[in-house]
Amino acid sequence: MSTGFDPSAIRADFPTLAQQVNGRPLIYLDNAASSLKPQPVVEAIRVFYQSRYASVHRGIYTLSEEATAAYEEARDKVASFIKAPDRRGIVFTRNATEAINLVAHSWGRLHVGRGDRLLVTEMEHHSNLLPWLLLCREVGAELIYLPITDEGRLDLSQLDRLLDGPVKLVAVTHVSNVLGTVNPVREIAARAHAAGALVLVDGAQSVPHLPVDIGALGCDFIAFSGHKMCGPTGIGVLYGRPELLESMPPFLVGGGMIERVGRTDATWAPPPHKFEAGTPAIAEAIGLGAAVDYLKHVGMEAIRAHERALTTYAMAQLSALPGLRIIGPPAGERSGVIAFTLASIHPHDLAFLLDREGIAIRAGLHCAQPLHERLGLEATARVSFYLYNTCDEIDQLVTVLQNAQRWLPGRSVSKSDGSAIP
Amino acid sequence: MEVLYRENILDHYRNPRNEGTLEDADISHELDNPLCGDRIRIDIRLKDGVVIEARFSGRGCVISIASASILTEEIVGKSVTELQAYREEDMFRLLGITPGPVRARCALLPLQVLKEGISRLRGKEQGLRA
Repeated sequence: MSTGFDPSAIRADFPTLAQQVNGRPLIYLDNAASSLKPQPVVEAIRVFYQSRYASVHRGIYTLSEEATAAYEEARDKVASFIKAPDRRGIVFTRNATEAINLVAHSWGRLHVGRGDRLLVTEMEHHSNLLPWLLLCREVGAELIYLPITDEGRLDLSQLDRLLDGPVKLVAVTHVSNVLGTVNPVREIAARAHAAGALVLVDGAQSVPHLPVDIGALGCDFIAFSGHKMCGPTGIGVLYGRPELLESMPPFLVGGGMIERVGRTDATWAPPPHKFEAGTPAIAEAIGLGAAVDYLKHVGMEAIRAHERALTTYAMAQLSALPGLRIIGPPAGERSGVIAFTLASIHPHDLAFLLDREGIAIRAGLHCAQPLHERLGLEATARVSFYLYNTCDEIDQLVTVLQNAQRWLPGRSVSKSDGSAIP
Repeated sequence: MEVLYRENILDHYRNPRNEGTLEDADISHELDNPLCGDRIRIDIRLKDGVVIEARFSGRGCVISIASASILTEEIVGKSVTELQAYREEDMFRLLGITPGPVRARCALLPLQVLKEGISRLRGKEQGLRA
């Protein structure tokens, strides 16, 4: 493992980067979708499966006790990573999506009724939109939207007006997965609480990339995914204030989450176990613990600074390309996410051309259809950085994009009778 | 250039055939690919169950536009019964490529529009007869 922040040493920790794709060294720029895994995470999972494997919380034998200790230690690591005041607030889920669905089902069905309102923003990922849309439809509540400005910032001038009413919850992303905008969650939470609403933060794009202190954010719930922060797939986190979790009914029921079960009644284990029905993702939790150790070792401040430098550099290089349009706010206000369009070339075609050169980017709507509609965009190409990316990789990206217009000069406009204009 | 973007595909993309719309079309259907924002509409005029004119409109990547252009050329003179039997492999044969699972959705969007459009027409006809 590396010490301090040295991109070349960090890159050596990520075995995936050592391979070639289509005959070129892999340049991985799809980190907002999922991150690569460092060797210590792969190793932690291998060691657990190879020699320490057992189920948790049930066995009386040594291996199970050790596995339980490792699983619960992972919970402590995650709690400390986001400065959670209480480990009981850390619930392991499958991913951020499941974490948000948990709140919508459990808290939502208890507290949201006909005529109530839920406030989301126009920049939400579908995973922080659809659970609320469904809840509103079921209980007869109303989903309302905090608008964004044309520059891709939340329009906070509308917030108090929208909060003036029976708003039960504000669900807001900390960092937009398309615009990269870092939202002022602390201010939003303060104003929401003053209006009597709770606040759920989608931390999927922030917890992996910025130092996050949930006490300072002031939110009631935060959700994030392990696989975007150097951890394995299949493990995510919901943090909820323990007193809220105490009062909430279970989401899924079954083994491991009970206190006592009779023929006609049951009582639930206290949180977090109340929300972890069935055999959990043990190896994945341990892998996430290793990922948190790795990120802490590198340092979240250092990662944030590195990504900020990459983003500033990339935005300057990209905006110099004729026909290239960057969506969203200036570099100083965003994380390492840049969505763009290039002339009339469809983002799919850009992604295809880049892939031929070993460069992995995302193209499409990025699970944010209402946002694209709001901005009048059919689709965008998106690059997103992490600790192992370099300015040299950005130069290579720009070179391929420069050539793209030569390969794909765009299509001719055709007449309505179907014949092409020569 | 690249295997997927063969010259015939790039040609159909750059100079699409049958792009446009038809007034009073017998079949007019449109679909989105929610993953990437592609949208293809196909308009068809029929005579005695045979396609006499076809147009496509919409937006999309090289593969989906070329696919729509090639398909609207292919179907003229074919009966709706014949067209309903078209399968994925037929579309790939027309394109001359077999794309991977992700790009296959782009390649197949126009065929999907066509087949859904035909099914709806049939549904309507049956409704009228009933």
